[in-house]
Amino acid sequence: MSNPRQNRIHFSYPNSDTLLLTLRGAWSLHDGLMTFTETEKAISVTPNIKKLTFDVQQITHWDSSLVTFVLRILSYCSSRHIDVDRTHLPDGVQRLVSLATSVPERQDARRKVIHEAWLARIGKKVVVTFEGGREMVAFIGEAAQAFLALLTGKARFRRSDFLLIIQECGAQALPIVSLISFLVGLILAFVGAVQLQQFGAQIYVANLVGLGMAREMGAMMTGIIMGGRTGASFAAQLGTMRVNQEIDAMTTLGLSPMEFLVLPRMLALSLMMPLLCLYADVLGILGGMVVGVTMLDLGFIEYCHQTQATLSLMDFFVGLVKSVVFGILVAIAGCLRGMQSGNSSAAVGIAATSAVVTSIVFIVVSDSILTVIYDVLGV
Amino acid sequence: MDAKPHIAIQNLTMAYGDIVIQRDLDFTIQCGDIFIIMGASGCGKSTLLRHLVGLKPPSRGDVEYAGESFWNADVQRREGMMRRFGVLFQSGALWSSMTLAENIGLPLTEYTHLTRHDIREIVALKLALVGLAGFEGYYPHEISGGMQKRAGLARAMALDPEILFFDEPSAGLDPISSRHLDDLILELRDSLGATIVMVTHELPSIFAVGTNSVFLDVETKTMLAVGAPRTLLEESPNPQIRTFLTRGETT
Ligand SMILES: Nc1ncnc2c1ncn2[C@@H]1O[C@H](COP(=O)(O)OP(=O)(O)O)[C@@H](O)[C@H]1O
Ligand SMILES: [Mg+2]
Repeated sequence: MSNPRQNRIHFSYPNSDTLLLTLRGAWSLHDGLMTFTETEKAISVTPNIKKLTFDVQQITHWDSSLVTFVLRILSYCSSRHIDVDRTHLPDGVQRLVSLATSVPERQDARRKVIHEAWLARIGKKVVVTFEGGREMVAFIGEAAQAFLALLTGKARFRRSDFLLIIQECGAQALPIVSLISFLVGLILAFVGAVQLQQFGAQIYVANLVGLGMAREMGAMMTGIIMGGRTGASFAAQLGTMRVNQEIDAMTTLGLSPMEFLVLPRMLALSLMMPLLCLYADVLGILGGMVVGVTMLDLGFIEYCHQTQATLSLMDFFVGLVKSVVFGILVAIAGCLRGMQSGNSSAAVGIAATSAVVTSIVFIVVSDSILTVIYDVLGV
Repeated sequence: MDAKPHIAIQNLTMAYGDIVIQRDLDFTIQCGDIFIIMGASGCGKSTLLRHLVGLKPPSRGDVEYAGESFWNADVQRREGMMRRFGVLFQSGALWSSMTLAENIGLPLTEYTHLTRHDIREIVALKLALVGLAGFEGYYPHEISGGMQKRAGLARAMALDPEILFFDEPSAGLDPISSRHLDDLILELRDSLGATIVMVTHELPSIFAVGTNSVFLDVETKTMLAVGAPRTLLEESPNPQIRTFLTRGETT
């Protein structure tokens, strides 16, 4: 196989101070660029070269690769005070070269790469982390202000947006919530049954599932589902709005993005979460019942009765309070990350990921705190 | 310039769902033409470009490139033909998570065997040609709208394509840059032998570079005339075209 790059260039010295480059053949990007080392060598072996000229009679085809080559020669020669005679180049190359050099590089355009010491990098990371915490607190404060504005009837947002979000994070979440909570109820029953059967106490599976779902798992599972589903969608939507300058457009119109975008999302989610949670409780108990009736030989009525006897309204209430808190936290995480998003598609992706992670951390941490509080209060 | 037909639009009807945007478009673009697509906002110029570059199949009719059917070709063949296009979108459409150098370098990395160093040089050349020398390391959101447009242009010409499609390349550019762009477009045609299809409203630019043009009408939903812009201005009996080409200043 012959290398198409070879023999495309030939050097000769018509005078003692002139280098003639004879270019031949096809110069195409697809064959790769001409290496510059030979030319450099040809120029540097004869130190008294003052002039460089071209012969292009035998060029059959050329494109950007030739222009790039000529530009390389120009910049190399200009630093060495060698005169380049461009007049024998193809007309198109001459014009493209002068077009490429007609707008000089802006002085401040090129960026310097700054290398930082590791200590400085750690310091910056810490500062950024604290800054992030400050932003979060500020965001929560602004959200609270917007909520206050809502209470005094001054908050402005579009009713139709609000209803759309309610539908999005309410009814449309039912299928996934059904599936997950039913299966969680089923799993709880299985785990309990293995132990309780050993004492012949399988009826207590009803207690386990009922209390587990109502006090803890119903709220927790809906929280995590909504974090992954709705929190991420909030972040992606607000992030995209930031990239497209839609949020800037709102701000310049004097519409607060807090009231217009964040408030309806927080409201909708904190209204829908307890409903979804209650629904999840019921389906979880149903899941437990399927295991109890089909595998543990408990009667349907018996299971219902046992569940009813164990659960008080307070247990449901405890779970519902948790779910409202989770709803607010998921909405805050999603909106916060969306509003903080950077200006590129990758940044929107990071915002969505970060919204889910933040939601889950918020949920688990607040759940622990609430559980301790309940314990102290004795509910 | 040898006048070989390069792109033939045959009986093309474009529609979104049931809504017809333009019907029965039928014209030919010659090799080496700088072909201008004109018409009021919303008449379907960008939509026509989408049909020409393979993003949207026509609801009726076909497009031929150098005598070969584009929309009846199989997918592989069509992708092969698309590789010879360079497209500048109306909004720039730079990849926002990549620097300008990466934006322009991506087609070169994918479709040539150039080394990283060579790609850097080509990228520098393309950026210099559009007047953005030295901006390699910038992200699209760090430069102005007009600069994004020019960077999009640099990406479109990365592979020295045979046909370049530009959607309003000079919108958002200052007069000097706009003039520079006209020079560049003429140069791309003359030096690299590209055929250029361009949507533009810039009258000076239309008359300076356009060798042929089509006028799409929004009312009748079809083309009103084909011809060199200057000829249309001087000879077209159609008042709409004359108004467009004179900005309504004379009747
Ligand atoms: N994705 C789409 N779906 C439906 N209609 C569209 C879509 N994109 C554009 N249109 C309609 O097609 C028409 C032409 O649009 P376009 O080609 O963008 O116009 P222009 O000539 O200004 O570039 C407009 O009336 C627009 O409403
Ligand atoms: Mg358009």
